[in-house]
Parts: sequence; C-alpha cells; structure tokens
Amino acid sequence: MSRAMALLSREVALAWGRGGGPLVSVGFYAGVATLLPLATGPEPTRLSAIAPGAAWVALALSALLSLDRLFERDYEDGALDLMTLSPVPLELVCAIKCLGQWVATAAPLAMAAPLAAIALGAKPQLAPLVFACALMGGLAFSFVGGIGAALSLGARRGGLLTAVIVLPLFVPPVIFGGGALDAFTSGLPWRAGFALLAAYAAAAVALGPIAMAAACRNALS
Amino acid sequence: MIPAPAFLSNPERFMAFSRWAAPLFGVLALALALAGLWLGFTAPEDYQQGDTVRIMFIHVPAAWMSMFVYVCLAGASFLSLVFRHALADAAAKACAPLGAAFTFLALVTGSLWGRPMWGAWWVWDARMTSVLVLFLFYLAYMALRASLDDELKAARAGAILALVGAVNLPVVKFSVDWWNTLHQGASVFRKDGPAMTSDFLWPLLLMGLAYTAAFGSLWLVGIRAQVWRRRAEAAALRAAKG
Repeated sequence: MSRAMALLSREVALAWGRGGGPLVSVGFYAGVATLLPLATGPEPTRLSAIAPGAAWVALALSALLSLDRLFERDYEDGALDLMTLSPVPLELVCAIKCLGQWVATAAPLAMAAPLAAIALGAKPQLAPLVFACALMGGLAFSFVGGIGAALSLGARRGGLLTAVIVLPLFVPPVIFGGGALDAFTSGLPWRAGFALLAAYAAAAVALGPIAMAAACRNALS
Repeated sequence: MIPAPAFLSNPERFMAFSRWAAPLFGVLALALALAGLWLGFTAPEDYQQGDTVRIMFIHVPAAWMSMFVYVCLAGASFLSLVFRHALADAAAKACAPLGAAFTFLALVTGSLWGRPMWGAWWVWDARMTSVLVLFLFYLAYMALRASLDDELKAARAGAILALVGAVNLPVVKFSVDWWNTLHQGASVFRKDGPAMTSDFLWPLLLMGLAYTAAFGSLWLVGIRAQVWRRRAEAAALRAAKG
C-alpha cells in the first residue's frame, strides 16, 4: 500500500511540477473556450445555446493534450522498465498513473470548466453540474486515454496517434455528459445522463488498466 | 468457429486451401452479385421511394458487412493475442482495410440515399453516427499498425486495440441510440419476420451473400499476400546474412 501511495505522490508531483503542469492544460482550455465565440459570432442567444456543449468538448480536447506525457516520459528514461520489475502489479501501476493524471490535470480543469461555461453564456445554476460532469468525465478521459497513450508507445508521431486512437473511444462519455448538461439547461431530468457518465467512468477505471498494462508489456518486450 | 481455424492454422494447409478457395469465393460473389443486381433492377418501384429504393441493395449489405468484418477482426485479434499465431495476425491485418472499405461504402451510399429521401446528405442520426465511429475505429487500427515499425509489437498493439474497440463499440451504439434516432429501424431481422416484400427481400439477401463471398475471397487473398510478404522478408534476411 505504501508503495502505491509513494507511486501516486510521484505521479502527481511529476504531472504537477514539470513542464507547467496543470497550467498548460487550463491555458489550452481557456484558449479553446476563447476561440469558440470568435468562430461562431458573439450573439449571446446563439452562444448560450451551445455554451454547455462547447465547454464540454473543449474539456475533452484538453484532456487529450496531456495524455502523451502519461507513459512516454517513463518509457523513454527507463522508469517504466523498473516499474514492471516492482512487486506492484503493472495493472495497478497504470491505474495509479491515470489517477495521478486525474488529480493533476482533470481536477484543475474541472475547476475551470464552470467558469468557461458561464463565460460562454450558460446559466450560473449549471455550474455545479458542469463541475461534477467535468470531474467524472475527467476520470473516464484519463483511464480511456491512458489506453491510447500506452498503445502508441514507441510509435512514430505518438501524440497524434494517441489522439486518433482515443477520440472514437471518447464518444460515449462526450454524449452522456453533454446529454446531462443539455437536459439540465432545458429543465429535463438530467440524472440519467450523469449516471451513465459515471457508469462509463467506473467501467473505464475497472477495465482500462488491464489493456494499458498489456500495451506497456508489449511496448517493453 | 474453432475447428476451422484449427484446421487452417497450419500455414501450408492454409495456403493449399486458399489457393483454390479464394478464386472460388470470388466467382461465387460475382455470380450472386449478378443475380442480385438483376433481381434488384427488375424489382418493381417502391410506392414511396420510387427508384431510389434500389440503393438499398448496395447500401444495406455494406452496412451488414461493416459490422461482420469487425467481428472477424476482433476474433482474429483474440486468437492472435492468446495463441500468438502469425496467421491469425495476418488475418486481422487483412481485415481492417476491407472493413474500412465496406464501412465507407455504407456511409457514401447512405448519404446518396439520404439526399432524395430525407433531403439531406448527412444527418446526425444514431445509426449513421455509430457507423461513422466504426469507420474511425478502423482508421485508428490501421494508423496504429502503420506507425509501429516492429511487426510483432504492431500485431499485439493492434490486437489490444481491436479488443478494446470490441468492448467499446456496443457502448458507442447504445450511447448514440440514447442520443438521437431518426434512421429506420431494423426491417429484415425482426421477431415477427421481415417487414419487406419478397420482391425486395430476395435481391437484398443475394447481395448480402455476394458481399460475404467477396469479403471471404478478398480476405483470403489479403492473408495470402501477408504470408508471401513475410516469406519474402525472411528470404531477404537470410540472403543478407549470407
């Protein structure tokens, strides 16, 4: 257990401290949220209609951005080799890496998400749900995205490849989260969408590490 | 399912089998397609859709195949991952471009059919979206295999991705259905029998069989090409070592 905790604190410290950490993701998120009204036009009616969805998609893209650092760095400097030798099973190592990613990037993004949604014209009452969806969706994005990051280890143009692999896998969480936000905005029951998003995140947490560990072993073999 | 791969898992036996099976399936596909197209073009017009209903004979079998080929891809990937069999991997690799082609055909003919019927080239309807996501899966699979240089690593990484996709695709299908539905429901495979006149059903089934036979033929040709390529590479390696 203490090994797992040590690994978690290492992952969070690395993700937080090196290369700008969460600021880069939040900055990218702010940039996408700024570009949106520039592209669609600033009319408040049009903007507020798409605000929750736009904030949600920008979040998925920002989650994508930090994925290439998840395994690539440890793969290149040999730390991943050492982790496979440790008594902690590789599946757990992968899960902890994704959890660290979630703490260091998805949580700050979830803080920023309500601000972005409101700035785009969403109702302030939406803020708690945006935060909850961003937190839950971030879990799904980290664990599903980790599969793509692990599979593209050692590939040419790994970052772009990760995006191509992961984006089709992001379809269900994007739909469920967007559905919940949309239902809340129009006063419909939103719990179903949020519950499905949580279910998808739970399945990703349970099954993702198995695929990630298999992909890491393959890359290191 | 299992006995056939067991028999064919011997590459020599596979090459002997596919030498005559591939052209046989090809001829069968051609004959079935000719019969299906003949019946399709002589079938009466639909009372609502007019002549455009004939697009169905191209479109619906392609949509069936797009899913069937993914099942083949996932099955071959599973066999290659578990038994580490080179032929299973060649089968998975040969599946992907064929599946992508069938999916692309389904999307294009669907779009051409949608314009006169729905008045739009593309609508974000549940079935169309899930087929589009399936197409993206095929592209991701091919991109992953193309960007890993080591053949063995590419095979295993591709197999993992194919299985992840096999788990994920039903969820995608469900999520997209939950999101929106406009496309016509199932008209052939239903509990109360097909909701379609036999004038349309026969050409549709013939075309479905023709597509399946064509896939079988092209798949075998693709696997044979992989085997030959590997043999050529091995020969080149031996020659280089002198």
